Amino acid sequence: MAIQVLIPTPLQKFTNDEASVSLEATSIDGLLQALEGRYPGIQARLCDENGKLRRFLNLYVNSEDIRFLDNQATVLSDGDEVSIVPAVAGG
Amino acid sequence: MLEVGFADGARTPLLACRPVTGIPLTATLSRSTFTGLRCKECGHPYEAGARHVCEDVCFGPLEVVYDYDAIRSRVSRATIEAGPTSIWRYREFLPVEGDPIDVGTGFTPLLKADRLARRLGLSSLYIKNDGVNMPTLSFKDRVVSVALTRARELGFTTVSCASTGNLANSTAAIAAHAGLECCVFIPSDLELGKVLGTLVYNPTLMAVKGNYDQVNRLCSEVANTYGWGFVNINLRPYYSEGSKTLGYEVIEQLGWRLPDHIVAPLASGSLFTKIRKGFDEFIKVGLVDEKPVRFSGAQAEGCSPIAQAFAAGRDFITPVKPNTIAKSIAIGNPADGPYAIDIANRTGGSIAAVTDEEIIDGIKLLAEMEGVFTETAGGTTIAVLKKLVEQGKIDPSETTVAYITGNGLKTTEAIASSIGAPYTIEPQLASFHEAWERSQASHGAAAPRA
Repeated sequence: MAIQVLIPTPLQKFTNDEASVSLEATSIDGLLQALEGRYPGIQARLCDENGKLRRFLNLYVNSEDIRFLDNQATVLSDGDEVSIVPAVAGG
Repeated sequence: MLEVGFADGARTPLLACRPVTGIPLTATLSRSTFTGLRCKECGHPYEAGARHVCEDVCFGPLEVVYDYDAIRSRVSRATIEAGPTSIWRYREFLPVEGDPIDVGTGFTPLLKADRLARRLGLSSLYIKNDGVNMPTLSFKDRVVSVALTRARELGFTTVSCASTGNLANSTAAIAAHAGLECCVFIPSDLELGKVLGTLVYNPTLMAVKGNYDQVNRLCSEVANTYGWGFVNINLRPYYSEGSKTLGYEVIEQLGWRLPDHIVAPLASGSLFTKIRKGFDEFIKVGLVDEKPVRFSGAQAEGCSPIAQAFAAGRDFITPVKPNTIAKSIAIGNPADGPYAIDIANRTGGSIAAVTDEEIIDGIKLLAEMEGVFTETAGGTTIAVLKKLVEQGKIDPSETTVAYITGNGLKTTEAIASSIGAPYTIEPQLASFHEAWERSQASHGAAAPRA
């Protein structure tokens, strides 16, 4: 279950400046754990102390906001692309 | 690369260091009154570079930190009144160091709307008309003037934005004036007026097959890859400060006093929060006497995530997929929505949504009563103003200001099938006479003009 994850610039300090990484996971929660396993410390930036994604972060699976899917329980399939995008102002 | 310049007449050196990552840092904040950036959520401090989120702690939005003692020592009502008739009369409250890009933005009319007030049953109503803002007829000229001034100071040569239309117009126009390269992104279904009103300045225009939230996501990824200054992404802390001037101007134009109630459109929620910040700052430095001001927000039902959260008593936003004619405020995932809800709650205001039909009626009502032709966002504001009065949520005796943020000539499609048509006649008196009789018959049931 290879998942491609797009890492925003502020988090690339954890990923050795890699903007895109490939991980094995079957859900968003699993993906967050996999990220932490490979890049220790990154989960604390992404999630609060209860393990919930921070409210100013948006996650997308193949361009769909996970809040329109199943939030952190969203199931991932082989080849899915997950984007991590900090919230931005309007236009 | 190390760029050395001089920020002001005192020849204070301004050092803008641009590392190979493309993220410039400012070493010296010379004449400015701002001291850096700070996370709005956790307070973590940052240098005043090109960044917009709390990347070290919580990903909250960053905001500019000012030295209000310095501002207080430099500014008075008299110094402001002696300044240019643009947003730069308030430059001590804006996050720039040197000479601003001044294209005449701001100081738009505050119109006493007596006819509309009478129609609605209000005693004191004003329209803040940014539909005639310069150079591109929307409030976005305020935020872009600030953002591009800061972009230039930070060493960017290419600027960009994700836009629902008005921001694209403004970024392209002011970038042209400043001689900056420009690439802007819009949803591909925007109104023709907003597309042409961007292309005329000859930027690179990307029409993305998706809604605004998808455009924004793409731009965040582009911003990660290209070393550009995105006004609403990595320049967001500076950009958003420009909206404060809508607060300052209303205070000054009311004769250095605060209104009782304001109504403004809500898209991302940023404008709403910055009007409040503008009021608070003038109170803080002693330019206006403190008093309560109620803040009410307007959304279109087809994209009303903030109104829905407000109605449900939630302090968090559940994103929606937009489906409304009010494209300029169709942001389904509003970043500043929680802050807007907080302000409405704390001030005793309200947040309401109206249908597309009510929005068109709002556009027509403002035009017919006050001679102001606004776009759909303004129609939303007027329709919500009307609704809140009818619901008893605006006291008729309050001095109320409705913010009109854009010009109707950009979105004529929205009202094309909802207004009258011309009488086509022959160049003969008899033909006119016949048409005039017909026009009077069709207007017969209408109420006489007040």
